Amino acid sequence: MKAALYHEGVVNLKQIPVIEMKGINKRFPGVIANDNISFRVYPGEIHALLGENGAGKSTLMSILAGLYRPDSGTIKVQGKVVRFHSPRQALEEGIGMIYQHFRLVNNFTVAENVVLGSGNINWSINHELIEKETQRISQNYGLKINPAARVHQLSLGEQQRVEILKMLYRGCDILIMDEPTTVLTPGEVKELFQVLRMMSRQGKSVVLITHKLNEVMEIADYVTVLRRGRVVGDDRIENLDEGLLTRMMVAREVIHSQARRDKQDGSMILNINNLEVKGDRGNTAVNNVSFDLHQGEILAIAGVAGNGQKELVEALAGLRGVVSGSVKYEGEEIKNHNVKSRIASGINMVPEDRIGMGLVPNLSVIDNSILRSYYKEEFYSGWLLNYKRVRSYTDRIIKEYDVFISDSRHPINYLSGGNLQKLLLGREIDQGPRVLLAAYPVRGLDVAAAEGVYDLLLKERDKGTAILLVLEDLDDIFRIADRVAVMYQGCIRKILDVEKTSIDEIGSIMVGAELTGV
Amino acid sequence: MPKLKLIKRENESTMARLVVPVLSIIMAFGCGWIFLALSGYYPEVVFTKMFNGALGSPYAISETIVKAVPLMITGLAISLAFKMKLWNIGAEGQIYMGAFAASGIALALGNGSPYILIPLMMIAGFAAGALWGLIPGLLKAYWQVNETIITLMLNYIAIYWVDYLVFGPWKDPNSMGFPLTPIFSPAAQLPTWGDSRVHLGLVLAGIIAISFYLIVQYTRWGYEVRVIGESSQAARYAGMNVARNIMLVMLISGGIAGIAGMVEVAGITHRLQQGLSPGYGYTAIIVTWLARLNPFVIIIVAFLFGALLVGGFAVQIVGVSFSITQILQGTILFFLLAGEIFLRYKLVLVREEAD
Ligand SMILES: Nc1ncnc2c1ncn2[C@@H]1O[C@H](COP(=O)(O)OP(=O)(O)OP(=O)(O)O)[C@@H](O)[C@H]1O
Ligand SMILES: [Mg+2]
Repeated sequence: MKAALYHEGVVNLKQIPVIEMKGINKRFPGVIANDNISFRVYPGEIHALLGENGAGKSTLMSILAGLYRPDSGTIKVQGKVVRFHSPRQALEEGIGMIYQHFRLVNNFTVAENVVLGSGNINWSINHELIEKETQRISQNYGLKINPAARVHQLSLGEQQRVEILKMLYRGCDILIMDEPTTVLTPGEVKELFQVLRMMSRQGKSVVLITHKLNEVMEIADYVTVLRRGRVVGDDRIENLDEGLLTRMMVAREVIHSQARRDKQDGSMILNINNLEVKGDRGNTAVNNVSFDLHQGEILAIAGVAGNGQKELVEALAGLRGVVSGSVKYEGEEIKNHNVKSRIASGINMVPEDRIGMGLVPNLSVIDNSILRSYYKEEFYSGWLLNYKRVRSYTDRIIKEYDVFISDSRHPINYLSGGNLQKLLLGREIDQGPRVLLAAYPVRGLDVAAAEGVYDLLLKERDKGTAILLVLEDLDDIFRIADRVAVMYQGCIRKILDVEKTSIDEIGSIMVGAELTGV
Repeated sequence: MPKLKLIKRENESTMARLVVPVLSIIMAFGCGWIFLALSGYYPEVVFTKMFNGALGSPYAISETIVKAVPLMITGLAISLAFKMKLWNIGAEGQIYMGAFAASGIALALGNGSPYILIPLMMIAGFAAGALWGLIPGLLKAYWQVNETIITLMLNYIAIYWVDYLVFGPWKDPNSMGFPLTPIFSPAAQLPTWGDSRVHLGLVLAGIIAISFYLIVQYTRWGYEVRVIGESSQAARYAGMNVARNIMLVMLISGGIAGIAGMVEVAGITHRLQQGLSPGYGYTAIIVTWLARLNPFVIIIVAFLFGALLVGGFAVQIVGVSFSITQILQGTILFFLLAGEIFLRYKLVLVREEAD
């Protein structure tokens, strides 16, 4: 593949790129996040940006969107050199970015969120008018949304639509989306792609950062791959396939772990009966759930996100009160045990929310590495924390679990998404769990890193750890789990042996298809 | 047309951190200079007086320290609460409560040994301030009541309570009508340094600063405080008791502010009186904020604020009116705080192309 061959076939040669980034460099303390990167986007193109965790994708796009300033390099928009000092200026040139964490005002309506801050409102809001306006744009692009609904009532997929609408309303021609599909249900992904196609037909360009190669193959026109801050390849989608992309990203073949092995009959370690748990809004999030978990098995929880998985895991980890039912650990009732005593008895958990729950923002990697064991004697000399010991502990985790960080004294916020996940998982596994609860542990990980995580989990399983795994990807579930429980509206609809079921069967139970003879 | 724009800095440069405060002080004095000249004073005379009055002699420095001590202790008290993002703006009331309880001990047990009396007063001061911190802490921990409002309202209760005492039951019969209690016995007064007014409170401030640093950075509990301050979700995930820590931190924060009150009555006024604190509890918020919660920097910033106060008194003595000194102090404060903006933002010239 030659980097110089941009687009001849698809796009008319005379057409100029809407975006042309040249020789972009960006350093952070200890790393070169972007190393002489050139990147172009043509009108109407859906451009996928790929690369391992920490390759510099988010950095490059944050530069384009005006959030970061490059150390050197030029950016041209429609042939004109621009220099952004803020995201607002980038937006004035038609470049808008949607981050993984949405930036919406929860108590405002959809229409208010779309219109406010655009500078089009002077003194008062005419609700009828802005709702009509919002409706108009949303119909143009097939974005199904109720303009009068309040944001906190919306699902993540709907909130994302509001973000897109916001950008479109501000006249955005180049939409950058950083891992937009990680929080979406399969149906919502389909809808998102339809919207993106519609935008592309109307001449708008989209840059999509993702780790899911099947999505790239499905939607992208053109692909650029980064590795360690450099462009290692780019080409039209017609010339590519998943294997090729993987090799470009990680410079080696990724071997999918083979999980299948002879069925073992580990003894039962966790026994859950008629469990009921409340959600944040006082609703019944987990309803009458019963199941057993055995040593040395992986039980996957399948289901569309938001059907009680999060609450179930939190309740088992001691983070959420149990309304009724029982949780027995090796025969002992533990439903009223607190977090610390559960950790002590070997129940560990990797939460869905990485920064904010699993890891503490603004504290250093060192401080974070002891979050779940900070009270243990081994880290103290007398009353005081012995940072030398903590540090060598941190360094060991970083090494063992392959976390990439230039300096462990840096705040956790400097780590890329994938590295955060590895640190978090490594920290939990390192405590030698007997029961490991993991919610979406490969979310946001590149193929190789995800495989690394699955390897770790399988190794844990082989050591005899009982693993409860909340996953969204059915292929992955069938690859690594032993049994699968399908959650729908707070209930476990069915628990099946993976060998005796199929993706289609699970898929239909997930969306609530009527069960016969349960 | 080129335009000036404020741009958020990606990261604060160390250079800016040094240059900005110096520049803001220079600009503050520049402004004050013009202002004084326009009001018919000789600025150079006033500023020299101000400087000499605050820092120009051993006596001046000792007076500056005297004013700085309550700011140091209160600033430290506030910093602990702020670390956990608990906005304790009730230090003023906590100072008054501490002063009240310490005075109660001093007046009741007047003739005991200082080795018993002083520690007892300290404990009482701490306890009363702690109670004043614990009330909002409790409300926050169990019912999520906003601590800002409660701490603010409790200030008034404390201040008027002390007013009631010094105008009423505790009033010195020989005070000729002034709202004061009788003077404490020497045993209830803090030892001073030579014949200056600098008292044991300075040492206390140092001890508190060092202990806070060690506790927050190096102890188990300090670790909990740091984690809770950043994310209560993560704290719960780590098995920490967030509610208990909210109460504990508010209690200690209030208690230390109470000690500032005790130190003020035992070290300086030697009696309880109306208007005991000229707003130390509020000024200390600014001190803490400018020092970015760093205990050692709090000591330094509090000293500079002490100098500002004492310098103000010094120029008043040479006939500059009270309001003028207030305006001068206000100007300096304004520039210091405005300078903070330039630490986080920078000013750039943007050339806008005509569309
Ligand atoms: N604000 C920052 N300060 C310091 N280092 C940073 C900062 N942001 C990113 N980095 C570092 O720059 C490198 C590139 O990070 P970036 O977030 O761009 O990666 P990415 O390709 O988006 O990865 P991921 O797929 O994991 O999200 C990483 O090594 C990261 O640790
Ligand atoms: Mg990223």
